[in-house]
Amino acid sequence: MIALLIRDLRLAVRAGGGFGLGLAFFLLVAVLVPLGVGPEGRVLAMIAPGILWVGALLACLLSLDRIFALDFEDGSLDLLATAPIPLEGVVAVKALAHWLVTGLPLTLAAPVLAVLLNLPVSGFGWLVLSLAIGTPALSVIGAFGAALTVGLKRGGLLLSLLVLPLYVPTLIFGAEVVRRGTAGLETGTPLALLAAITLASAALLPFAAAAAIRVNLR
Amino acid sequence: MMPDLGKYAVAVLGSYAATAALVAALVVLSLWRSAQVRRALAEVEARQAQTAGAPAMAQGGK
Amino acid sequence: MSSLWEYANPQKFMGLSGRMLPWTAALSSLCLTTGLIWGFFFTPDDFRQGSTVRIIYLHVPAAMMAINAWVMMLVASLVWLIRRHHVSALAAKAAAPVGLIFTLIALVTGALWGQPMWGTWWAWDPRLTSFLILTLFYFGYIALWSAIEDPDTAADLTGVLCIVGSVFAVLSRYAVNFWNQGLHQGASLSLDRQENISDVFWFPLLVCIAGFVLLFVALVLLRTRTEIRARRLSALLARERMG
Repeated sequence: MIALLIRDLRLAVRAGGGFGLGLAFFLLVAVLVPLGVGPEGRVLAMIAPGILWVGALLACLLSLDRIFALDFEDGSLDLLATAPIPLEGVVAVKALAHWLVTGLPLTLAAPVLAVLLNLPVSGFGWLVLSLAIGTPALSVIGAFGAALTVGLKRGGLLLSLLVLPLYVPTLIFGAEVVRRGTAGLETGTPLALLAAITLASAALLPFAAAAAIRVNLR
Repeated sequence: MMPDLGKYAVAVLGSYAATAALVAALVVLSLWRSAQVRRALAEVEARQAQTAGAPAMAQGGK
Repeated sequence: MSSLWEYANPQKFMGLSGRMLPWTAALSSLCLTTGLIWGFFFTPDDFRQGSTVRIIYLHVPAAMMAINAWVMMLVASLVWLIRRHHVSALAAKAAAPVGLIFTLIALVTGALWGQPMWGTWWAWDPRLTSFLILTLFYFGYIALWSAIEDPDTAADLTGVLCIVGSVFAVLSRYAVNFWNQGLHQGASLSLDRQENISDVFWFPLLVCIAGFVLLFVALVLLRTRTEIRARRLSALLARERMG
């Protein structure tokens, strides 16, 4: 499994695109929003938590179809499905690899972009914490969506249509943590709920995703 | 007979009209597709019964 | 010859549904006509809401059936995934557009009702927001059905999506509740329907609800029959091509 993880990471970094693209997109969102909304600091600070979370979510979405598509095309997904490790484990590892190349960099880059959006310094810690807890859920849910659409020729648009509604709870709780944290309110409840979503998705969705892959490989 | 809807007439009548339009579209579409598929199926069944006469065709789809 | 086994169950369904369909359709139009005429012409204005209270006869039944349709799809998907009854998968497929239309009716009538009552077409009220999310789930489900060519693969994948989607839809409902209460205090726009609705409005509403339920059943039966015929048609055409 570790070998698979390393292989996936190496492919993601080497193939280009997959690694830097999400980050670049995140940066673009953070630059474009003030251009559209106007430069007023108070307004930007108010919408910053939501914008940063939506930006992270969309950046995550960009690279989802690559989770399984390449392996499906060259047949290595068939090999993985018949390999001694369970397919559920393969899905979990691939989701983890996706998180390491998109979710983690996004989390680390978020404070820099938060400066651009005038987020008060008190919110930085909450932003990083909420993204660190929440983005794994985005990767796992995304892996499920990618598993559903892996057999399709042009699954990219359909994938976003399927995955975005599933992202709603994560987005709500994630942005709420930042909003409350910035305002100095109590953040325990949304944080706990966010962690619950991540843990439950990571525990259950690999099974659904593996089932979908088996159907698609049939 | 028409009740006095007062200043809310647009909202009330609009709701009824919108619902009627949506439901009518759904019903018409369902009926149309039903008729279309039924016709195509009858055609193919008749054709296959004629040419092949295989026993599997005799069961009918009804 | 697996096809004989495959069609045994659908055949029974076709017989039963063929007999049920005219009755449900007729009863549904009877209930809807009675309920809507009763509600529209023979109920008084509400002292708070004026004549807009008449929208309730469309809004509430449509909203109820929008959720019930999804529940029915969930049950049908589970039956398909566990017992592999083809009719079940096709019934779930047939129900989705009906549920979508009911969701849209609930949203549109809600907006038209909201404009005079709350002064806005749309508010990010928990109830409204969850319905909007439900619409997205319907769109995704229908899109996945139409994207996959092989019918059994499509049935399997949409079934899995329906189950996972149901969990997330319920989750979204609570998340949205939390989100709005957390942000804008007290903007409780929903009405206490059952509590303070008087019998004058309640009885025609019941008839309308019955009408919508029957309309849903009739449409799902009709559409499922169409799907079964379409499956048989494509099977026959495939056999023809095989020679």
